[in-house]
Amino acid sequence: MAEERKELIKLESGEAEQPFCWSAGVYGSKFLTELRDNKRFVGVKCPKCGKVYVPPRNVCGPCFAELTELVPVSDEGEIVTFTVVSFGFVDPSTGKQKPVPYGYAVIKLDGADTYILHYLDETDPQKIKVGARVKAVFEEERTGSMLDVKHFTLLER
Amino acid sequence: MEPVAVVGVGMTAMRRERRKDGYADLVYEAVCLALEDAGMTIDQVDNVVTVSNDFFDGRTISSMAIQDACGSYDKNVSTVEGDGTFGAFYGLMRILSGSFGTTLVCAHHKGSESEMALITNAMFDPIYERFLGVEAITSSALQARAYMDKYGVTEEDCALVSVKNHGNAFRNPVAQLPLELTVEEVMASPYVAEPLKVLDCCPISDGASAVILASAERAAKITDKPVWVRGVAHCCDAYHLGDRDLSDVRALQYAARKAYSMAGISDPRQEIDLVELYDAFTYMELMWLEGLGFCDPGDGGKLTASGATALDGKIPVNPSGGCLSGHPVLVAGLNRIIECVLQLRGDAGERQVDGVRAAVAHGVNGPCGQSHCVWVLGGER
Ligand SMILES: [Zn+2]
Repeated sequence: MAEERKELIKLESGEAEQPFCWSAGVYGSKFLTELRDNKRFVGVKCPKCGKVYVPPRNVCGPCFAELTELVPVSDEGEIVTFTVVSFGFVDPSTGKQKPVPYGYAVIKLDGADTYILHYLDETDPQKIKVGARVKAVFEEERTGSMLDVKHFTLLER
Repeated sequence: MEPVAVVGVGMTAMRRERRKDGYADLVYEAVCLALEDAGMTIDQVDNVVTVSNDFFDGRTISSMAIQDACGSYDKNVSTVEGDGTFGAFYGLMRILSGSFGTTLVCAHHKGSESEMALITNAMFDPIYERFLGVEAITSSALQARAYMDKYGVTEEDCALVSVKNHGNAFRNPVAQLPLELTVEEVMASPYVAEPLKVLDCCPISDGASAVILASAERAAKITDKPVWVRGVAHCCDAYHLGDRDLSDVRALQYAARKAYSMAGISDPRQEIDLVELYDAFTYMELMWLEGLGFCDPGDGGKLTASGATALDGKIPVNPSGGCLSGHPVLVAGLNRIIECVLQLRGDAGERQVDGVRAAVAHGVNGPCGQSHCVWVLGGER
């Protein structure tokens, strides 16, 4: 009798994709087209508390009020917090691994009351400070996505 | 609140890969252990709550795919996609509704079967955040920096948590990662996302756990060592990271205050004997200790350095080894509850802390502790 083979089988999911197509909504579309066409940021202001949301959305959570007033905000702002990422993983937008290390920050644009996430063009954590001023650097080719901003650059080094 | 007790607990060993076991195998093992612990049969389980995540399992309605293994055949079963503490909360509510005398809550996770970074990336907003590559580690690094910058907390303060929790894991046979470490060794481990280093981060794990809850009437028939739910609450902060002050623990403070008030606890520093909290990263233990009221904001490092949170300290924190020593996602919150139950019953073996009368278990949901669930458990009602 043949010797019993002991193996533990695992099955791979294969190459099949699970594609999605997400609506950015009316304000989100305005935000992304302004980035693409005019290299400008817009937010939306709460009629009750006056808070300016960037990126825009339709409801102010704390007030549970509908947001309707689009307002321009600056392409400059300050670093709220940051990290320098040293581990790589496959970027879901490109299918490629982003080269490491790269700077990453939470940024408060002037005129906004909420923050956005984006890349920084600095990878030495000693040279990055909370509160440092930054400015958006736009891609030449823009498609209407957050990646139309290449990264934020430190204004003082 | 009508009294409800935890009458049985079971957890599988947490390992980097439990290759031999599929989800159903892990769930069946945990459920059988909980039933055995309670001295119950599956017939005495009135309803089941399962906890899982479709992305992690790579299938939709993942919660229903373990129906046979969790013992819900011909029973009322409902599901929670979130941390186990929230699943247990739902299980508790189902007893409080008066419809059920007992609830079995089980959770499962196999981190070994998928790409953790891709899945945690998918919890972020697909329009504005996901394409920027943010995931659990990057977002936590941003939170760590915000917290450390605000209060002057150092990387050495955080390293103390790694040393303590990995050390505690030696006394917990189901822990995945017992390590004998020094602060210097933690500091010398490579950065993953500054200021987080490899030894500041929890491992990827496989595991499952189960908890059985019962009304007072049913608990009296099942066990002579019930552990009572004295207070429980949860609270959620904003979803978008950019809408939150990441250094702030508002949602946790609110949940803790509410749970303490239900439990009749006015000063947790004096009245709580042990804490199991969600230390997915070292800095989180410090922040959550502050949010739970065990020290003032920014003093988590000092409290840890004082030795107060050690196994033999005034308020032992994560005697099990915490998430740092084994982190099956979703299961992790149930594990916090289970360790408190074992400690309150005096069943925690080599890591048993003397005189535990009231313990706090804590779980989180969402990035950077968006939502917190706080349980106050006690040996007496
Ligand atoms: Zn408002």
